[in-house]
Parts: sequence; C-alpha cells; structure tokens
Amino acid sequence: MATKLIYFAWVRERIGKPEEDVELPAGIETVAELLRWLKSRGKEYEHALQYPDVIRVAINQEHVEHREKIAGAREIALFPPMTGG
Amino acid sequence: MSGAAVPVVRIQREDFDVAAEIARLTEGRADIGAVVTFCGLCRDEQGRLSALELEHYPGMAEAEIARIASEAIERWPLQGLTVIHRHGKVRPGENIVLVVTASAHRQAAFEAANFLTDYLKSRAPFWKKEHHADGSAGGWVDAKEIDDKAAGRWKAPSK
Repeated sequence: MATKLIYFAWVRERIGKPEEDVELPAGIETVAELLRWLKSRGKEYEHALQYPDVIRVAINQEHVEHREKIAGAREIALFPPMTGG
Repeated sequence: MSGAAVPVVRIQREDFDVAAEIARLTEGRADIGAVVTFCGLCRDEQGRLSALELEHYPGMAEAEIARIASEAIERWPLQGLTVIHRHGKVRPGENIVLVVTASAHRQAAFEAANFLTDYLKSRAPFWKKEHHADGSAGGWVDAKEIDDKAAGRWKAPSK
C-alpha cells in the first residue's frame, strides 16, 4: 500500500516537491527508520534530512515523536520546527 | 449553568476585524466580565523585510489549533474563544494572528490567551519565510528555543 508523504517549508524546497506517494520497503516500522530510509534516496533527500533530529513529523495530521510506529499511516508529513503565531 | 464554550477557529488568507471578533463573542450575553485579545503583527525588522510569507499545512492547521483550543477550554472557565491565523503574504504592519478569550473574570482570560499564543507558536503547523526589502533572497525564519520553553511551562506535572 502506498503511503503519502507531504513536505513543508525548507524540507519541501530541498526535496523539490510538495508531496509524493511511496511504497515503503519492508522493515520500516518507526518514524526514525522512515527518515533514515528517505535520506538514502538521493542528494536532495540527503540535503533536506541531513539533521534528522530537527525534523518534525505528523502522522494523519497529528504530531508524533520519532519513535512512533508508522503502521496504518495514510499521510506522513515532514517539516521544520514551526514558526507560526 | 451554560455549556462549555465552542471555540471558533479560522485559517484564512484575508485580514480580520478585531472589534467584530470581540463582538461575536460578547453579543447578547451578560455573563462575560473579561475579554483578552492578543494580536500578532508582521514587523519590518528595522526596514529589512518587505513581507512575510506564511505557509501552512491545510487540514492539520485547523485540527491542531482546535486541539489546543479544546485544551484551553478544559483548563480555564471560558465563555468564548476565538483563534484566527492568516496564511499567504503579510506585509509589515498587517495582522498575522488573533486570539480572543472571554471569561467571567480576567485571570482566566489572560492565562488562557497566554497559553494559546505560546502553543500556537510551537505546535501549529505554520512556517514563515522572509521577503527582503532590498530584493535579495529571503530565508525561512528559525524557530526559537525560547518559544518551545514558553510552551513547556504550561505542561501539567507528569502523573
């Protein structure tokens, strides 16, 4: 099943697209593992995810920690720390 | 006894009218003794900026602000609560965000407004990009650690 990935702000600019559907390889169970796998997909991903610790993640539009399991996620968003308000 | 306040949450490109938003909460009621408003505006940073561009995560922005608003309603006795956050290009001097809290007494209204603005900064999915007045390429505004600390001070003691 394809998972929708959505990117915002400089994560979107560095990866070079606002969103994409990906087939996650077997064995990717947590957000941290997803970030590690994405980072290996090419130069633009390497640039965007150089410091994975600063990347914030939302699953199905709710904030999650990097240790969270991604099973059942329809939509996973990656973005920098927020600067609204 | 009146029921819990239903928060008004709006994410919009257009500006808002502060007086009209206060009136919306207080009209026809005699039980509100305090209204606190916080209005966040775009600064020009000593002439350096021509605009801020606010990107947001449609859907999650509304949902996250609604979650923060519900938490405020659980924690303080509020009669009304409005949060409006703009997106798109905002010029110096223009409004970015509005928080209005209404309560019987001022303490709850002040504290809830303070809580909401702190949480909006660190949890609402919005990102500001600077546009420079001199035409040079602007960058994304960095999140401030102080904003995370400000939100952290509202955390309930762990159970």
